[in-house]
Amino acid sequence: MYAQLVETGAKKVPTLAEMTPEEQAFQAKIDAGIKIEAKDWMPEGYRKTLVRQISQHAHSEIVGQLPEGNWITRAPSLKRKSILLAKVQDEGGHGLYLYSAAETLGVSREQMVDDLHAGKARYSSIFNYPTLTWADMGAIGWLVDGAAIINQIPLCRCSFGPYARAMVRICKEESFHQRQGYDIMISLMRGTAAQQAMAQDALNRWWWPSLMMFGPSDAESINSAQSAQWGIKLFSNDELRQKMVDQTVPQAEHLGLRIPDPDLKWNEERGHYDFGAIERDEFYSVLKGNGPCNKERLATRVKAHEDGAWFRDALMAHAEKRAARAGKAA
Amino acid sequence: MQAASNASKMIYLLRLGDSALVLSQRISELCGKGPALEEDLALANTALDLLGQARLWLSYAGEIEGDGRDEDALAFLRSDREFHNLLIVEQLNGNYAGTIMRQFLFDAWHTLALAQLTQSSDPRICEIAQKSQKEVTYHLRRSSDLIVRMGDGTEVSHALTQAALDQLWPFTGEMFTGDAIDEEMTAAGVGFDPAQLKQTWQTYIDQVFTVATLQLPRQDAWMQKGGKQGVHSEHLSYLLAEMQVLHRAHPGAKW
Repeated sequence: MYAQLVETGAKKVPTLAEMTPEEQAFQAKIDAGIKIEAKDWMPEGYRKTLVRQISQHAHSEIVGQLPEGNWITRAPSLKRKSILLAKVQDEGGHGLYLYSAAETLGVSREQMVDDLHAGKARYSSIFNYPTLTWADMGAIGWLVDGAAIINQIPLCRCSFGPYARAMVRICKEESFHQRQGYDIMISLMRGTAAQQAMAQDALNRWWWPSLMMFGPSDAESINSAQSAQWGIKLFSNDELRQKMVDQTVPQAEHLGLRIPDPDLKWNEERGHYDFGAIERDEFYSVLKGNGPCNKERLATRVKAHEDGAWFRDALMAHAEKRAARAGKAA
Repeated sequence: MQAASNASKMIYLLRLGDSALVLSQRISELCGKGPALEEDLALANTALDLLGQARLWLSYAGEIEGDGRDEDALAFLRSDREFHNLLIVEQLNGNYAGTIMRQFLFDAWHTLALAQLTQSSDPRICEIAQKSQKEVTYHLRRSSDLIVRMGDGTEVSHALTQAALDQLWPFTGEMFTGDAIDEEMTAAGVGFDPAQLKQTWQTYIDQVFTVATLQLPRQDAWMQKGGKQGVHSEHLSYLLAEMQVLHRAHPGAKW
């Protein structure tokens, strides 16, 4: 899940009777499964929440290039290097669609990027963990992209048309990404003892951060209830996390890897795995900027942006010169 | 027509593959750090194209050698003295003007070189050149366009682009200097005489630099050489150290 703890501004989820006629008509469309398009009337809270959620998702794609980019130059074979380059390029492309989807809501990409750089906008906590070995490329594809897909498949059906459509395309690519991650893990587990140890170590470090991607339990959250009413959050954090665990445990077993959770156990009665609780302190701490790489990730993005200012200015200046020349010639 | 020896042909293929591989590696260093999102995408795309080409050239070089070395053995287990890339591609990324100027000067040569190789008497070389030509035509279109925009942009961008041209210029001479291997390949109809490309290259870059309001460096400037023969700048060894570290740490492992 690339969007965590998205604020809706709601103090209480309104009932139909408490809504204005415009809000009632809007809610009726959502309840009937009719997509909301950029030019349709929408409550201000819905618009703001979507801008927060979509831009947070876009920022996650962009910052998310860095931990994997860290291994492109050291990939152990040319084939793996090529696959990883293509994957990271896809992430950049996802960022582009998502910024465009958010722009339909009346906010510019510059504003969103400025908010990220100023620390006002979030990106997923997962990208603040370091990628220490090649096996982390496998674990990220398998677990992080796996978690992202679990969250994003329902978003293909979310109420806002431009976001839902962007998600359809993104999910197709994410599914390839997850398979390439799992494929890296398969190769490592078929390899030498050192490669197998590398794979287990990566799972040990990425398991809990991946489960934290779904956010804290939101059973009592007003924000989640409001987003559910608006059709932009279709399942609770806990439901999605359960799905992730249920899906991943058999895959780990197939690989011959041990999930680092002593409380993990199949519960016959529930038909699901029971598992330990995520460490809320760590989750909030990373979210607040204290993860191992928060400062570094943001500083890298800010530096790239600042170093590139003269280049962007040059492109604008050249375009203006061309327009002026065309004007004179006409 | 004399047949080319396998040893010479292998070096010839390594020159093509190593230039593509080293430039791809350099560009990959910029992943997620470009000046705009669109540039990040274009950089990754270019790196990916060049890497694909490098794999085809290196695989074929390994087959010609006949000692069982595949693309990975050639990429990860040779030292810098055994690499045969042009010096220009191993130069540091520098600022973005340097990155794009390096790309432009190389692309303008690369397009012409591949066009020659599509006429090779070796069908496999023809095939790789044809596939690569489509990609490189686009690389040149992009880098030419950016040179014009940066050169004829602001005062700052103009100065940076001119400085990048002046700095990289001494590495262009090597692209047109032939040696015994070039002669052997040309005589066998496998390759081409690099000196023949000079005039067309010069005319093309002159046109782009005129529109970009950039000043061409002196034609009689001193030119560096040695990359094709395995004598590199100090930069290459570091680039390879990073690229090869993981592969070399696990001898024989499959990934």
